[in-house]
Amino acid sequence: MRTLKLLIRNAFRHKLRSGLTILGITIAILAFGMLRTMVNAWYAGVEASSANRLVIRNSISIVFPLPIAYKDKIRQVSGVNLVSWGNWFGGVYIEEKNFFPNFAVEPKSYLALYPEYVIPDLQRTTFLNDRKGAVAGRKIAEKFGWQVGDTVTLKGTIFPGNWEFAIRGIYKGRDRSVDETQLFFHWDYLNETMKKTASRRADQVGFYMIGITNPNLAGEVSTTIDATFKNSLAETLTETEKAFQMSFVSMTEAILIAIQLVSIVIIVIIMAVVANTMAMTARERIGEYAIFKTLGFGGWFIAGLIFGESLVISLTGTAIGIGLTFPVAEAFHDYLGTYFPIFFVERHTVYLDIAAGVLVGLVAGLFPTWRAVNIRIADGLRRIG
Amino acid sequence: MTDPVTACDGQGPPVDLENQPVIVEVRNVNKAYLRGNHVIPVLQEINFDIRAGEFLALMGPSGSGKSTLLNLIAGIDKVDSGTIVIGGVDITALDETELAHWRATNVGFIFQFYNLIPVLTAFENVELPLQLTGLSRSERREHVEMALRVVNLSHRMDHYPSQLSGGEQQRVAIARAVVTDPTILVADEPTGDLDRVSAKEIMSLMCRLSRESGKTIIMVTHDPKAAEAAQVIRHLDKGSLNDAHP
Repeated sequence: MRTLKLLIRNAFRHKLRSGLTILGITIAILAFGMLRTMVNAWYAGVEASSANRLVIRNSISIVFPLPIAYKDKIRQVSGVNLVSWGNWFGGVYIEEKNFFPNFAVEPKSYLALYPEYVIPDLQRTTFLNDRKGAVAGRKIAEKFGWQVGDTVTLKGTIFPGNWEFAIRGIYKGRDRSVDETQLFFHWDYLNETMKKTASRRADQVGFYMIGITNPNLAGEVSTTIDATFKNSLAETLTETEKAFQMSFVSMTEAILIAIQLVSIVIIVIIMAVVANTMAMTARERIGEYAIFKTLGFGGWFIAGLIFGESLVISLTGTAIGIGLTFPVAEAFHDYLGTYFPIFFVERHTVYLDIAAGVLVGLVAGLFPTWRAVNIRIADGLRRIG
Repeated sequence: MTDPVTACDGQGPPVDLENQPVIVEVRNVNKAYLRGNHVIPVLQEINFDIRAGEFLALMGPSGSGKSTLLNLIAGIDKVDSGTIVIGGVDITALDETELAHWRATNVGFIFQFYNLIPVLTAFENVELPLQLTGLSRSERREHVEMALRVVNLSHRMDHYPSQLSGGEQQRVAIARAVVTDPTILVADEPTGDLDRVSAKEIMSLMCRLSRESGKTIIMVTHDPKAAEAAQVIRHLDKGSLNDAHP
């Protein structure tokens, strides 16, 4: 206990120096945590993917459609138990800046494929029975002040015109990893309108989403489906939902790598700052370490004092940094939730923060410890006075 | 101006050394330092004994090697050749770990600049060497309180070194040195940083430790007044003992 008291008192002996070092660590850990959270947010779609779901799209590009007629053939493929389809609608609410993900989907099968979207039964039934009905995620509904029963008009960007929907339900995510910023409405509503206004675009879907009976069948089912539509006008590319989501992430992989590198650089920089603080501290206290050695305390004790002090400083900064990461991430999400619908500090990030704090503390203490342990007592005592 | 009253006046008779066993044997000790490419001899063929309970003052000009000799006897520096046997243990044959353990139980240190740990209270400073013993917390407290009573600082036990005067800090250092009841006490210029009054108090305390508690004390000093408290004075000059003690 005395030793613990000693190293805590030592850590705060130079209040300004320790305070500034702790501030530096706090900012570094905060930045590190935020960058890691940003990377996690980027991968949120991938992480939330189900192994039981496959996505079928046009093999040329996602922007090219597939015929609705494919659905019956897809249903017949062995291992497929559910088929849904949809289009990326790309509507905006009132003005361009109010962008959020919205899809025209076959509602019954789509909601069956996504049990993680939790909707009260009554709202679900009302939505399914109303061709102009829509369900919105909790966050987007809160953001725009939508309530069940409200009529909402979206301005189409891919499908021109003003599109009116009645909000029939508001879904919540089963857990924090579920995106609550989306809106879904009936694909039939879109298709029927297209038949009237742009018949060439009718009876076409942007993607099929299918459920399979066993995740181990994913490869086999994908091959069969793609073979079925081989040499047709719209060949398909079938992949797991995870691979599909990953294809979007990989488009921005360079940015992600840059962010991850920056997060590591931040830790290395703060490591150097703390190492400098500890080197200064140990140099000033070399006489004291000599006294401890004179009194019979061994190298392990001296090492414990220096590493302990280094860890007290770095972990204090880390703890404050972690504490601040949560409200800052919350504020960040409130401000930029449209771009990062799933933005929360994962437990894994906190563990990484702690690991970084411990690493900084240990590395910073290495050289001063080596120096203090190896100095001759007589030389150390000569530094006093 | 000289003070006609010495630090040991009124403190009882000194220990009769004739009947005491030899506790420190220094034999053929040599020590040199390397400065760049130059070997600088510091001690040459030093031989002498110290008896149990002896209060020895080592005197000599700066650079004569007296502090080096004290460090060698205290086991915080290594001889180049020769042996130093203390209480039957040849400390020149011990490795660093053994030496650290030996120091913890056999040597009490008093330094010129007190060398207290500034973030510890007087009590905690005195308790430090006891942390290397197997004593319980309450036993340690008992020992520390007794040591602080000896130096008459019980009332300042919760004060930090910065809250104490130089003389008080040195008394705390003496309490720290004696708290483990070591075989020998080594003191390197214990009055070197003190005013005359404080210096006299410290020497009076050391004299009491010698005469009343029978402590073996080896003290390095420049100060002839401080040396007066010692029973034996040895002079070092250019690394050799000039053995004309009174």
